[in-house]
Amino acid sequence: MPNEVWLPISEIAAKVNAGELKASDLVEKSLSLIEQKKEYQAVIATTAERAKKRASEIDARIIQGQNAGRLAGVPFIAKDNFLVFGAETTAASNILKGFTAPYQATAINRLEAEGAICVAKANLDAFAHGSSTENSDFFTTKNPHDPTRVPGGSSGGSAAAVALEIVPFALGTDTGGSIRLPASFSGTVGYKPTYGLVSRSGVVAMASSTDVIGPLTRTVEDTAVVLDVMAGKDELDSTTVERNENGYVDARIKINQTKFGVIKEYMGDGLDSGVKTQIEQAIEKIKATGAEVVEVSLPSLPLALAVYYIICPAEVSSNLSRYDGQRFGYTKPGAKDLNDSYLGSRESGFGKEAKRRVMIGTYVLSSGYYDAYYKKAQTVRTKLIHEFKEAFEKVDFLLGPTAPEVAFKIGENTDDPLKMYLADIMTVAVNLAGVPAISIPAGLAQDMPVGLQLIAPQHADRALLGISQAVEEVL
Amino acid sequence: MATITREDVLKLAQLSRLGLNDEEVEEFSKELTEILKYVEQLGSVDIEGLEPTSQVTGLTNVTRKDEVKNYGYEPLDLLKNVPAVENNQIKVKRMIG
Repeated sequence: MPNEVWLPISEIAAKVNAGELKASDLVEKSLSLIEQKKEYQAVIATTAERAKKRASEIDARIIQGQNAGRLAGVPFIAKDNFLVFGAETTAASNILKGFTAPYQATAINRLEAEGAICVAKANLDAFAHGSSTENSDFFTTKNPHDPTRVPGGSSGGSAAAVALEIVPFALGTDTGGSIRLPASFSGTVGYKPTYGLVSRSGVVAMASSTDVIGPLTRTVEDTAVVLDVMAGKDELDSTTVERNENGYVDARIKINQTKFGVIKEYMGDGLDSGVKTQIEQAIEKIKATGAEVVEVSLPSLPLALAVYYIICPAEVSSNLSRYDGQRFGYTKPGAKDLNDSYLGSRESGFGKEAKRRVMIGTYVLSSGYYDAYYKKAQTVRTKLIHEFKEAFEKVDFLLGPTAPEVAFKIGENTDDPLKMYLADIMTVAVNLAGVPAISIPAGLAQDMPVGLQLIAPQHADRALLGISQAVEEVL
Repeated sequence: MATITREDVLKLAQLSRLGLNDEEVEEFSKELTEILKYVEQLGSVDIEGLEPTSQVTGLTNVTRKDEVKNYGYEPLDLLKNVPAVENNQIKVKRMIG
């Protein structure tokens, strides 16, 4: 898909380093686009002053003949659960309104070291709890293809910003599908790396055993360029793993020598017929290249959502205990004692979904219930991990839809928490297994974008990006 | 099949330090029951011979040298978001006595 508003990221950087484009102009361009597209409400706040300052510094270094990095002058938007030094970081929650980040995420450090410039913070479901961005404590982001529909979530603002071509890339987080689902709903590329490949230091934690961060872009090539800058061990995040020694760009694989497995459990009942048609057409296009495509079954996949909605709230209840009104964030004024301060700060500061997840989490971890719920879920998780491993002994990559439907209408699922959770039905298993996956645009159904999901074995990010570029070309 | 009663909600709210109002207690009692009903399908799953997975990286004992590093931030800047500060210390309500 050609970028009409923005060149491919590596070309932007090359032109900035060659003095043909100025970082300051690119920042102005993106800030102006944010203003022009503000009806979609993708952005919570800009970091305009900070961005302009960085752009001037980069332009000054270029004039002195220095190279400003692989992402020189490239503007980007970060989901507002990334701490950006000196900027307000809210996680779209009232409990962090006014919180100014006293340090920043390693991912932001790495991107800035290569010359990229953060221009704004994107809207999200508060604390990344959600599949539609409707759980933001501030406002809902609108789908760029149809403003009466949701952009998906929880990285809805990031997906919308890229779909609206406000910036060439945005950062999101994916704990149960929160990069891939909005990418699918908004018609962009969304990449979920192998768990541990990108440092989570400085990113607001949700479910620590599945949280990952990743890019949203217009093309797979752009995603590879951004991932290449962010990936690799970080001493500030002890769950990080080694990066691929060959990096993540120029990774193309021959599609006709590849074996794909279509996930049987994702192609049955519950899949919208329009979406199914698009996925089947994508599969035919892949077959036409000479690639082998078979059906693969992972029989425990229908259990994945139940496993996720035990493990995720459990870890959320732990991670959200730090928001107690004592050291940062909202504090209840006039509390009579410490307990009153805790109760009042968390009551007013947290939205409904945060409270739901904290309480479910507390329940499944409590004495007498821990074995039946949390420990059981972690054991069924092992089953899923084994089934992915067995599947990858038969095929190189797995294929399927990213979501069971296209973007739903704003307000359609907000009365029914469980119905909202079902949007994640095809994304959560990947998070539980820690494997990498990508959503790439695969046509339209009911005039709305459809996403094709590709899944690879753990640590096979380079291969996944390589094959995704090839698949993107034939779709 | 578990039901989350009003009393259960009140207990969970106390454990997780959430000061809920009556309307919320009612609402959550229904919603949490529904969610629990869905996840309880795991009860009948056979997990014979399997161990729980708590992390997928397989990493163990990741350590670093115990030395102070300067990351370019001012320690006192970390106090900027604290609601009540006295003598560069975080002030909280009395806990004992």
